[in-house]
Amino acid sequence: MVILTTILQRIFYAVMLLIAVLVLNFSMLHLAPGDIADTIAQASGGADADVMEQIRRDYGLDQPFFVQLGQYIGKVLSFDLGHSFFYNQPVTTLILEKVPATLLLVITAQIFALVVGVLLGVFSARNPNGMLSHFVTFVALLGYAAPVFWTGILLLIAFSLNIQLFPSGGMIDVTVEGGFFAQTWDLLKHMVLPVVTLSTIFLALYSRLCRASMMEVLGTDYIRTAKAKGLSENEIIYKHALKNSLSPVVTLAGIQFSAVISGAVLVEAVFSWPGLGSLALQSIIARDTPTILGILFFSALVVIVGNLITDMILRMIDPRVGSKG
Amino acid sequence: MAALLKVENLRIELTTRDGIAPVIDDLSLELNAGETLSFVGESGCGKSMTALAIMGLLPDKVGRVASGTIMFDGEDLAKASDARLREIRGNDISMIFQEPMTSLNPVYTIGEQIAEVLRRHQNMDQAAARSRALELLDAVRIPNPKSRVDDYPHQMSGGQRQRVMIAIALACEPKILIADEPTTALDVTVQAQIFDLLRDLGKETGTAIILITHDMGAVAEMAERMIVMYAGRKAEEGPVDQIIEHPRHPYTKGLISCVPHLVAQLSDDRPELTEVRGIVPSLMDFGRDECLFSSRCERADDKCRSSRPTEMKFKNDQHSACWQAKEL
Ligand SMILES: Nc1ncnc2c1ncn2[C@@H]1O[C@H](COP(=O)(O)OP(=O)(O)OP(=O)(O)O)[C@@H](O)[C@H]1O
Ligand SMILES: [Mg+2]
Repeated sequence: MVILTTILQRIFYAVMLLIAVLVLNFSMLHLAPGDIADTIAQASGGADADVMEQIRRDYGLDQPFFVQLGQYIGKVLSFDLGHSFFYNQPVTTLILEKVPATLLLVITAQIFALVVGVLLGVFSARNPNGMLSHFVTFVALLGYAAPVFWTGILLLIAFSLNIQLFPSGGMIDVTVEGGFFAQTWDLLKHMVLPVVTLSTIFLALYSRLCRASMMEVLGTDYIRTAKAKGLSENEIIYKHALKNSLSPVVTLAGIQFSAVISGAVLVEAVFSWPGLGSLALQSIIARDTPTILGILFFSALVVIVGNLITDMILRMIDPRVGSKG
Repeated sequence: MAALLKVENLRIELTTRDGIAPVIDDLSLELNAGETLSFVGESGCGKSMTALAIMGLLPDKVGRVASGTIMFDGEDLAKASDARLREIRGNDISMIFQEPMTSLNPVYTIGEQIAEVLRRHQNMDQAAARSRALELLDAVRIPNPKSRVDDYPHQMSGGQRQRVMIAIALACEPKILIADEPTTALDVTVQAQIFDLLRDLGKETGTAIILITHDMGAVAEMAERMIVMYAGRKAEEGPVDQIIEHPRHPYTKGLISCVPHLVAQLSDDRPELTEVRGIVPSLMDFGRDECLFSSRCERADDKCRSSRPTEMKFKNDQHSACWQAKEL
């Protein structure tokens, strides 16, 4: 029961946060010089004052600020993010078209970074002075220091140009024939470089943190108890120690989720990945305000949902989270 | 009757920053089936190290058994393989620790933490282990076990957590239970309850107990025999009542004088000490060929400062490592 109410509480806060994002978005739009009427007029090659008045009335732009704000929020909450004049499509349609590609990239990269990072962290914590441990430290420093686009271009040159192992860009090859497996295989091949590029820095972060927290946990009294019970080393590491050392890593992963998304913008640009990042880049260049705002709103939504999920995973890992006493 | 556990000439070395130190030096002891033996001595004298050596749990890469044997059931634990030690730990020999607040894993329920050791050593399935865990919670006198078995450690008090630790330790009905200062972190009323519980359960199951404690009162109540340790060596050993009646080592004498209600029963010729003056020598000096207590001893003479006392045995089974044991 307590858990249910806290989750409801979290969702309530999340919705409030989203509305705050919307108000901010809308206010920025409102403060900026010019409005949609100008854009439309510009797009149709100029218009006189009467027509402008007409357009403003049609779009409700003659209403007071708060009425407009209310209408905007109401629209967004019913998934109407406005109309892109650049693409001449509803923004919602545009975004939904690109979302799967981006989510695929972001989620795969995050999971890859978490799994490999945690494994490297655990292995190196078991033997803190071994070769692997030093290697992890080295890779972590490298991954942390290298900018995403640099890593991306380097990998492109190495594994796409020199050794032609992976395609250089895009998400699917339309010329690929064959059934489901052939197409999935093609998708996987396209994913490798972008996912590795995007996850490097996060993999570095997670493995460092996991190594540190694992080493700390291995020195605790309850691990001594587990040894005193006669458990095997694997039971001690993977049952008793791992679950305890995951909390800080999951917390960090939650915090870094927004960074993964912004990293995806760069990675999509480098690998011409047809996702939200590419869309954002194009709409910024085209000054397509509704689309940019839509993407901002959508990113905020994804980050908030990501935090909610992080919170729930933390609760699953550690029963002390959120309980008092 | 052959002893259940027989430690002979045990030497444990610790690798420290300053070099290798003999934290336990030439220690021998015996533990008989079903008896309670107590280790007493000041902080840092090596009580926990001895216990950990018996468990095969000396700190990784730091501590090791340098020489000596730890015979248990005809098997030398000092030479046993890791796999063999894992079979023995928690099954034949188990241990509870000083810190009940942190000794249980915070992310698993107490029921699981008890059941786990049963599954490991008794080949029980999930259901059998759980119902046995309930019985054990009842045995360690946790009220209403059914409603507590799925609690997490943070939902319990320190005393209750130590009861859970005892339940884990006794789950497989071990031959030896090592309790390393099991009550130090608990408040006084709870301390007495835990000691009662240990004594009663030890009697019921016939488990031999090694009780490590600073509490001379508890030793007097719980143990049949005691070993007084000083700076990694045995100072005195013998039946508890005999030692309290007539300590044969100046250090023991000092320790006993620290406990008011024990002194009250004794004769008047004891000096009124409130504590044993001076400090334990540093770890690096543990190997010296001298009586390590000599720097704190009023009776120390040249012999004490130049050669390590040999153990003197008395007819009442008291042993003392003091050159002047006879005169004491
Ligand atoms: N992991 C370790 N590394 C280095 N030295 C250690 C380590 N653990 C213990 N020691 C040292 O070994 C000596 C004996 O420690 P031990 O824990 O056996 O003492 P103890 O008699 O149990 O004392 P206490 O009553 O405080 O528990 C101490 O001087 C201690 O500083
Ligand atoms: Mg100790």
